[in-house]
Amino acid sequence: MSSAKVLQLFAAGVNCDRELRFAWEQAGAEVEECHIRELMAKPAKVLECDLFSIPGGFTYGDDLGAGRVLGLEVAAFLGEQLRALHQAGGSLFGVCNGFQALVRTGLLPDLEGVSVSLAWNVHHRFECRWSRLRVEAGLAQVLPEGSLLPACTAHAEGQLVVASPEDLIRLEQNRRIAFRYADAAGEVSESYPDCPNGSAGGIAGLVSASGRILGLMPHPERNLGPFSLPDGGAGAWGTGEEGMAFFRALLAPYLGSVQV
Amino acid sequence: MVEGGDIRGGRPGALLGYCLIGLHRSFRMSSGAWRIELEPRKGRPDPVGKAARKALAQRGLSLTPELTSGRGFLLPSNLSAQQVEHLTQEVLADPVVEEARILAPGEIPELGAATLVVRRRAGVADPEGQTACRAFGILEIPVEQAESYRWFRVEGQVDPGAFLNAGGRALANPTIEEVCLGDRALALHPQPNPRPSPRREVPILEMDGAALVALSRSMALALSQEEMEAIQSHYRQEGREPTDVELETFAQTWSEHCKHKTLTGPVRLVVRDENGAELERREFQNLLKETVFEATRRLSPDWCWSVFEDNAGVVAFTDDIGIAVKVETHNHPSALEPYGGAGTGIGGVIRDILGTGLGARPFAATDVFCVGPEKLPFEQLPPGCLHPDRVLEGVIAGVRDYGNRMGIPTVSGTVLRHPGYTANPLVFAGCIGELPRDCVHKEVLPGDKIVAIGGRTGRDGIHGATFSSEALHEESESVDATAVQIGDPITEKKVLDLMMAARDRRLYRAVTDCGAGGFSSAIGEMGEGRADRGLAGGAVVELSAAPLKYAGLGYDEIWISEAQERMVLAVPPEHEAALLQLCESYEVEAVVLGEFTDSGRLQLLWHGEEVGDMAMDFLHGGVPQPQRSAEVIRPTWSATPWPKADEIRSREDLLAQVLAHPAVVSKEWVVRQYDHEVQGGTARKPYQGPAGRGPGDGTVLKPRLELPGGVAIGCGLAPRIALVDPYAGTACAIDEAIRNVVAAGGTPHQVAILDNFCWGDCRKADRLGSLVRAAEACRDAALAYGAPFISGKDSLNNEYRVGDQEVAIPPTLLCTAVAPVADVNRASSTFFKAPGNLLILVGETGPEGGGSALGDVLQWPDSPPPCPDFDQAPAVFDAVHRILDRGLAVSCHDLAEGGLAVAVSEMALGGGFGAILDLARVPVAAVSSLDRDQNAALRLFSETPTRFLLEVAEEWMESVAEELRTLRWASIGMVCENQEVEFLWQADSWLEMSLSNLAQANGMEDYPQRKQA
Repeated sequence: MSSAKVLQLFAAGVNCDRELRFAWEQAGAEVEECHIRELMAKPAKVLECDLFSIPGGFTYGDDLGAGRVLGLEVAAFLGEQLRALHQAGGSLFGVCNGFQALVRTGLLPDLEGVSVSLAWNVHHRFECRWSRLRVEAGLAQVLPEGSLLPACTAHAEGQLVVASPEDLIRLEQNRRIAFRYADAAGEVSESYPDCPNGSAGGIAGLVSASGRILGLMPHPERNLGPFSLPDGGAGAWGTGEEGMAFFRALLAPYLGSVQV
Repeated sequence: MVEGGDIRGGRPGALLGYCLIGLHRSFRMSSGAWRIELEPRKGRPDPVGKAARKALAQRGLSLTPELTSGRGFLLPSNLSAQQVEHLTQEVLADPVVEEARILAPGEIPELGAATLVVRRRAGVADPEGQTACRAFGILEIPVEQAESYRWFRVEGQVDPGAFLNAGGRALANPTIEEVCLGDRALALHPQPNPRPSPRREVPILEMDGAALVALSRSMALALSQEEMEAIQSHYRQEGREPTDVELETFAQTWSEHCKHKTLTGPVRLVVRDENGAELERREFQNLLKETVFEATRRLSPDWCWSVFEDNAGVVAFTDDIGIAVKVETHNHPSALEPYGGAGTGIGGVIRDILGTGLGARPFAATDVFCVGPEKLPFEQLPPGCLHPDRVLEGVIAGVRDYGNRMGIPTVSGTVLRHPGYTANPLVFAGCIGELPRDCVHKEVLPGDKIVAIGGRTGRDGIHGATFSSEALHEESESVDATAVQIGDPITEKKVLDLMMAARDRRLYRAVTDCGAGGFSSAIGEMGEGRADRGLAGGAVVELSAAPLKYAGLGYDEIWISEAQERMVLAVPPEHEAALLQLCESYEVEAVVLGEFTDSGRLQLLWHGEEVGDMAMDFLHGGVPQPQRSAEVIRPTWSATPWPKADEIRSREDLLAQVLAHPAVVSKEWVVRQYDHEVQGGTARKPYQGPAGRGPGDGTVLKPRLELPGGVAIGCGLAPRIALVDPYAGTACAIDEAIRNVVAAGGTPHQVAILDNFCWGDCRKADRLGSLVRAAEACRDAALAYGAPFISGKDSLNNEYRVGDQEVAIPPTLLCTAVAPVADVNRASSTFFKAPGNLLILVGETGPEGGGSALGDVLQWPDSPPPCPDFDQAPAVFDAVHRILDRGLAVSCHDLAEGGLAVAVSEMALGGGFGAILDLARVPVAAVSSLDRDQNAALRLFSETPTRFLLEVAEEWMESVAEELRTLRWASIGMVCENQEVEFLWQADSWLEMSLSNLAQANGMEDYPQRKQA
């Protein structure tokens, strides 16, 4: 079985790199980490990977809004190469600050005329708590629609805002919604604390038309086993297997013999 | 009321997204800057504005019209309108949620006079402005200077004077910020002018004692007469006058903050009875060495790898990985500027960990805050003090914004409130890191380059070390803004990333952080030499090489600046080029400041001219240590007044008040603001259970994801008990910290502890007396528990002076404990697991209620304090650990503030199950003549240390009983399906309360009702 190649971006303020790298490796990937300055010098390197991964953090302090400056840099220096990678069948993945950067670059939601933003949480606080993510139609080719992925919310700017109510409908109709926040029973929730930030439609993650550009706010890479869960794996948050199953599913197209 | 805009010639700018109507007109150009103001789009919430409105109302300005808040930026006037528009669209504004208004230089916005602008003072760091410049560079529009600000606009009538006045106090911190009305042109802060800095001698050789003291005061050296005289006689021997920077170096190196003169000096303690008669006396040559260090020396386990010799203590985690732990205080800066003070507190302790050995990688942070009472009436606030609620809000935000940005989970801590902290809040910040065993030690060799990395040097924090060694006073609020540091976590994160890469390539031989005293302390310490290895030490430093935030700093300022995010490395010459190159690739600024020598001299140069030349041995060994007097009164107390039946109005009320006590009330709202899960290793969380509502004891973290083991972290402090008896309070704090790690699954045979003493002015005999008793308790507890101290820090002079009154804080010892957990999957948790399980109380309950939460609620006079039984406690810890390690108990919670009542409530709230318990079964020490209600209250609310409540499935009871056979314990009840906690006295119900009422009393208004199956 050949291993999938993940290229993971590093930049000043990235701080969820270790656990994300660990998750990719556990899921069967070979991970190379690269500082953005190095990639700016050799942007073609992007084309050598199967999946380009942007971890969470506070790049450049999020001083001008979450992911803003990283998004500018990625768009200015790597935009062309990332589009080429995607066209050639590669994937782009961003979590938390990485998702915010993907939105700032315009790579998500990948829908003409629809603009979204990840604004301050509706209660205007950083929030760290476990969330249940319900798999929506946009991600149905990766995980069973309606299944739950427990992941750890840890952000201040994760409220998905759409410019108009019609945009929300368009996101839905065009299957751009990857995850929504859900309650303990698995029902979509827009209310605190199940939905930690007041996102429109309870949206927690977006995906491109191809299904290969994916971004989400909560951190599945913090779900590494029963020890990760608030109840130690007693059942309220799944078994502790869901996190790794998610990463394996994302790598499946690139893992030669285990392709599904 | 003046309507802005019209009278000053400017015209309102457009507020139409990015349409810049205003730009198509011509403007009278002034010296002002472009002004970009961003506000929430119509219909979007404005939580900042809402909070500001409330804060203004508290300061006596109730607004009828709406208040809008927003961000603003000032850009240089030489940019073109098209450029500014482009930068606004692409970089500054978020069009989905914000509207932008661009005002040309000199242009005044609509409602300008009803707009309050809050700006940082000149010289105060402005990360947003700097990041904006970086982002503009990506768009290939170079901008040298940009400044960010905040603004608040009243949408209607307001008296500008009243707005300015109330806003200045409620919405800004005058120490670092300035306010003005928005009806004037705003210009970027001018860059400070360079000032010439010629070598300056300070003639002291002929001074008398009074003149030396006056000089110490006028130069803010905080040196005593004896110390000044020691310096004088040293320079008489040297045959010359000292320079200013030399005196500053002595002040920094000899400060209480750096040298710990009191704790390491000779002390005579006299113990008296209440009539003043002497009962006994004891003398110490070096208080710390004979108490805290002595315990560690006598224990010296082989798992202690580095104790009291580096920036942090290091203990074994595995055979080849060590754990470095340090806890610091940042009290005085936080009193003046809570946000910046707490942020730089956590930033500083992180650098301590980075500066331990060759650098440890931080994986956890802790924080403890002690502040004044909630909702304290403003008229009771001492002059010049910030309100306790504002202090708390600020310090939480400071730790949050720094820790979260660093990617270090803040996992442990608490908030304590007591009137004694109103004028003198305490901020403790801790950090824990991991490092390979072969990186634990460091050495500096002559010829090594002195390389400074990280942040630039500015005027920040000048005299921080000497300032924190003095008492606060009324005017402290108005001290120069330079005493306060503002953190820049991203710069520190870059330093962390760089250091880990450079460490693993062994590009440097030693490292230390720039903390109090800045370069003077860091380089002075690294160059100290080591007599045991024949190294005389010494260094030559060219101060003009230091990168500066702005021009104009004198050499003395550069040497003692406490600018944040800086580290000093000792780099072998052959690695200099490689290190500098690596720094560049991580975007970390690095310069060579000089080199270490073996001259025994610390030589300072300024553009090649020598401005300082000090003998290392005098600098580090010359501080005089006069004997200090300490005194304690041995108190006598009458018995604890446990409430009788006729004194208890409502038992439910009693429990509710204890649950609402500041020491007990839920801190979840704080914890959820910290990213306590980043790095993916948080195995036992601060709040646990299916809904994450049950407070944990110790937290457990995995330092390395690939290894099964973890580290349990706990902390304890008991200032209320210490107020009654400092010895008992200190022993209780240590017991609590160890209880926490044992309850979480840490092994009691490898607990390492840290001390942080925060005391009043120990030049006063009574303050020093209680400190001595606390140090003795540290020694006794450490020896009894076999838990060595590995690091510590003290902060004395926590006093507030108003008029001729001096108020000291309660004696406060924070104990932090760490212990390894073999497998995090088997770590223990605190929430109820299943109905039918039995509740086992381990440990004897005593009648001493002094310093308890119930005593505080009922306002008891001083009563006998609880104190651990050092003979029994280790056996209790052992037994509980074996039970948890064998998996015989499914949950475990220690009994702490609020006693059994709170422990049961928290376990129930965490698990979502009720419980029924018989108080008569609680094992108690012999108690004389209490009635039934007193007996019940004692069993519920006593805070005797070294007790645990275990949840055990019936099938394991026999094994549990076997483990506990030599101890006091009892099976006192069971977990129930129903949503109520009921306390019986034998067959009678004594008190019952539903989970939702418990939750509400405990401050969890949003506790979810469990759906009935």
